[in-house]
Amino acid sequence: MSNTTQTAAETVTETAGHAAEAAGHAAQSAGMPQLDFSTFPNQIFWLVVALVVIYLVLSRIALPRIGGIIADRQSTITNDLAAAEELKAKAVEAEKAYDQALVDARVEANKIIAEARADIQKDLDKATAKADAEIAAKAAESAGRIDEIRAGAAKSVAEVAKDAAEAIVAAMGAKADAKSISAAVAARLKG
Amino acid sequence: MATAEHSDGLAFHPMDQFIVKPLFGGETLNWYTPSNATLWMAVVILAVIALFVLGTRGRAIVPSRIQSVAELAYGFVHKMVEDVAGKDALKFFPYIFTLFCFIVFSNFVGLLPKAFTTTSHIAVTALMAVAVFLTVTIVGFVKNGAGFLSLFWVSSAPLALRPILALIEIISYFVRPVSHSIRLAGNMMAGHAVIKVFAAFAPLILISGIGVAVTPLSILAIVAMYALEILVAFIQAYVFTILTCVYLKDALHPHH
Repeated sequence: MSNTTQTAAETVTETAGHAAEAAGHAAQSAGMPQLDFSTFPNQIFWLVVALVVIYLVLSRIALPRIGGIIADRQSTITNDLAAAEELKAKAVEAEKAYDQALVDARVEANKIIAEARADIQKDLDKATAKADAEIAAKAAESAGRIDEIRAGAAKSVAEVAKDAAEAIVAAMGAKADAKSISAAVAARLKG
Repeated sequence: MATAEHSDGLAFHPMDQFIVKPLFGGETLNWYTPSNATLWMAVVILAVIALFVLGTRGRAIVPSRIQSVAELAYGFVHKMVEDVAGKDALKFFPYIFTLFCFIVFSNFVGLLPKAFTTTSHIAVTALMAVAVFLTVTIVGFVKNGAGFLSLFWVSSAPLALRPILALIEIISYFVRPVSHSIRLAGNMMAGHAVIKVFAAFAPLILISGIGVAVTPLSILAIVAMYALEILVAFIQAYVFTILTCVYLKDALHPHH
């Protein structure tokens, strides 16, 4: 900072000021510029102008515009919320319909399964009955043959026993009639 | 300019920044002469237009940054008027918002280096305070007729005390514009003057050895004061506005 130049400039202005309005300046430099009443008309005039301009700009242009923007935003938000609510209701409805369709399908499927099972059961029963009948026939046949074989075997056993008894009696040196031997063998086989 | 240096090295002219002078030279300051006050009021007007007219040009549903600031200011004052003075005070909202904008912008542009702070002048704040006072008084009588006088008649107090209270209430009512205006002008003036005093100490390092300690300290003090002044600039605008709302509430609903 060039002190000398500034000091010179200040001195010039100071002297000029003092020369021009000595009284006003004295009052000013002694106290606060705020209490220099000679400046009041000027400040008040320009303040009124400034306030009126600001008031007009704000009340005519800015405030209605900002108020409008805020109102618009509010209504947009409200509309969007309402739309969202509606969509949500639709989604719930759709889900319900889907669930219903699912339940219906399941019921239908169960019915089809039951029918199929019944059909299969019927076929199975028929086949089982047929098989049972065949088995029963075969079993009866087999039982007949077994009885035959058994009867044949019993007769053979009696004959063998009779022959053996006759041979044993003969070996013991006695003579036995066939009638009494067969009676004894029959009694023995029975017992 | 104010810190002219004299033979002793330092000069304190902390109040010179408040001198109102013709803008384009000359000596006489007539009521219509454009002055430095005019210049800074014009800056305030331009700032208001820039923020509230140009800033909201887009009318965006999703606001730009500057539009957010404008909406924030609008919402801030709108809510204040509605909460403090009631819904029926909203027709005074443009009026109150004008005062708020003028004060808050004046305070902030006044913080620019070399700027002139219009709101540091009692002439400016007194005019606004008197305007508020007159508005409130006229609205009070127009809305409530003689019932507005019940503002001074504290019906909840014992009967014997009421005349005394009425006297106190009336005095306090008429003191309102004084405190309303001096609070703002005083705060602005004091802060700027203090900054200037510290600023006068700052060049001491060029003159004397003690400046090694004083200069950094004063620069630090300027920074701290500046931060405080930014706070004060907003708070005083807020205080002026909310007091206007409180007075308006008294006018619209004088029954406590």
